[in-house]
Amino acid sequence: MKKALALILMLVMVLSLAACGSSAAPAASSSSGTAAAAPETIKIGFVFPMSGTGAMAGRYSTHGADVLKEELGGVITVNGVDHPVEFIYADNEGSEEKTTNVYQKLIEEEGVIAIVGPDASKCALAAGPIAQNAGCPNVATFATNTAVTEVGNYIFRACFIDPFQGAVAAAYCEEQGYKTACIMFNNADAYSVGLKDAFIESFDGEVLGIEEYSGSDVKDYNVQLTKLAAQNPEVLLLPNLNVELGLQIQQARTAGLTCPIVCGDSADTPDVAKVAGAASDGVAYVSAFSAESTAPAAKAFVDAYVALYPDELPNSNAELTYEATKMVVWAIQNAATLDRDGVRDAIESIDGLELPSGSMTMVAETRNPSKGAVIMQYDAEGVTHYVATVNP
Amino acid sequence: MKKCLLLLKKFGPLLGSILFYALIMFLRREKILNGYYMQVLMFAGVNVMMTVSLNLVNGFTGQFCIGHAGFMSLGAYGSAVITTLLFKGTEFAAAAPIAVFLLGLLCGGIAAALVGVLIGVPSLKLKGDYLAIVTLAFGEIVRALLRLIQPIGGARGMIGIPNYANFGWIMFFVVLTLWLVRNLIYSPFGRAFIAIRDNEIAADAMGINTTRYKILSFCIAAFIAGVAGGLYAHVLSFIQPDSFSFTKSSDFLVYLYAGGSGSLTGSVIGAVLLTILPEMLRFLADWRLVLYALILVCVMLYRSEGLCGGKEVPFLRIKRESLYQEPLFGRRRASSEHEEGGQA
Repeated sequence: MKKALALILMLVMVLSLAACGSSAAPAASSSSGTAAAAPETIKIGFVFPMSGTGAMAGRYSTHGADVLKEELGGVITVNGVDHPVEFIYADNEGSEEKTTNVYQKLIEEEGVIAIVGPDASKCALAAGPIAQNAGCPNVATFATNTAVTEVGNYIFRACFIDPFQGAVAAAYCEEQGYKTACIMFNNADAYSVGLKDAFIESFDGEVLGIEEYSGSDVKDYNVQLTKLAAQNPEVLLLPNLNVELGLQIQQARTAGLTCPIVCGDSADTPDVAKVAGAASDGVAYVSAFSAESTAPAAKAFVDAYVALYPDELPNSNAELTYEATKMVVWAIQNAATLDRDGVRDAIESIDGLELPSGSMTMVAETRNPSKGAVIMQYDAEGVTHYVATVNP
Repeated sequence: MKKCLLLLKKFGPLLGSILFYALIMFLRREKILNGYYMQVLMFAGVNVMMTVSLNLVNGFTGQFCIGHAGFMSLGAYGSAVITTLLFKGTEFAAAAPIAVFLLGLLCGGIAAALVGVLIGVPSLKLKGDYLAIVTLAFGEIVRALLRLIQPIGGARGMIGIPNYANFGWIMFFVVLTLWLVRNLIYSPFGRAFIAIRDNEIAADAMGINTTRYKILSFCIAAFIAGVAGGLYAHVLSFIQPDSFSFTKSSDFLVYLYAGGSGSLTGSVIGAVLLTILPEMLRFLADWRLVLYALILVCVMLYRSEGLCGGKEVPFLRIKRESLYQEPLFGRRRASSEHEEGGQA
């Protein structure tokens, strides 16, 4: 038995080594020079959590990238030459350590021309220096923390940043005439803390109470919510992660908080409404994108998405991944030279690219995109509706 | 001839590790090993140190610590404070980065060891499950506290830690750790640890101050974990309190028990294999973690004592008789004359 087990283990190791070896071979050829004879394959790396707590977001992200893959039909045309294109999806398990491993693998072994992702700020912060040092352009999808693109001039992002989102939430609350607010946030999460800080800074009304909890493994928020309910605020801000929001919304209503609830863009997952049930009625959130938008680019994207995945509507993860990939693909098509540096320069020069969320311009100094945000709202059935557009 | 053999036995492992390092460096220069492999190897090295230090407490002293990532985080933050907050950008750091790095690691280790004693003194009088709960709580307290301290980044974590740690340093510290822990285990201290593990009441009756030895073992383990944490911080160059959650602690427990608790060889093999395995299985895409878990289940079912439970490779073991052998340099013991006659 022991021997059999040892044999199986050995077999697994040998097999995986072989797999590593075979994938390493073509990488060497693709990174060397620009051969005119046979158009080289262009590889784009994708880093998402496909397992762990962020697996849901990762699934939407891959679907978003799949839409563009379908659109391209396997080729990118650069200067009249058709290059086969390959999308390489890699799982980072939502852990920063694994993200750095995946980055090394994509850059060194696969020889990708650019990396799209990851979606979490902490992962982008950990792996950013690797992309920067290797000179590989990186467009983060959902990494909203300000520090992400400050790592270096090869790091871009497709989403708006935490302060902007907090400011949008605050502006929306003021527009609605709310004078007092309460906040419950996750003190273990950079996204949550960043949003909370920006909201407090830009909100003109009074923040009556702030309660905190630690980590996504918390499932019971009744103590905090009951305390906040006693304050009787006009609006409750929940700048938290999607896996937490469903329960929070439900428990907030049970705790007697009847005021409107405003969340960050993480609320843009159908699961939030599924978990919260009827309690999700009227919950508003900041979003990069509305599937109800009537802009032609947005309509085309939603139609293409639904054609590929008939059972679901694209959310922000899917849309941002699509946009980030689109930025990279546009940069590849318009790069002065077909290499990592050329692509980097091209991404930086993006000006008025038509994306589903509207026209996007890359701000060269901060490497953040300049684009609008929308406010969305859930109804009692858990369906989202477009409410307003807020521009920077 | 005999002297030669003895010399080889004494310095063979050192020679072996230098050769291994040279081989890795050669493969790296020949571009057979790329940055990806090096990075995985470095994480494997850090995990070996963590597992060995956990082995000292769980495997050799028979206590049950399940908050080991807490010590790691103290070491990581302790060393990062020295290298990043105090010295980064200073002339001294530019002139002697190695000195700053080593000072950082030392401070990280000491910080972890001090807290280890602090936790150990009240809690190591407890036994079994109760200690496990205390260490679990300790890990969570450290994590919660680190989130609150703004100068070190709070929940956002610390950015821009210089990546001083390379494969050579990690290899050096792994070998040093193994050498130290091996010698410790076969010293009277180690004997006392093992006695406590095997039967605490009997050890007490034999005159071993069990609480003192437990605290000592805990403190040394915390120090090693602190240094490992420091290395981790300088590989990743970004740390965040949540990296050192209970999940991380449980990773080390898995490495330890899959490798075989109470065996240094097991700690090395367990940590290296289980760090590399998930990376090697990447070609399986979605099925990767399923197979990884399946392999773990198989190992535990068919070898519940771990891959190397109760076994040790020769150079991580000191034979009883070799304790009485003539020393290489210096005068032979008075009684060794006798012993050698018997052996020949």
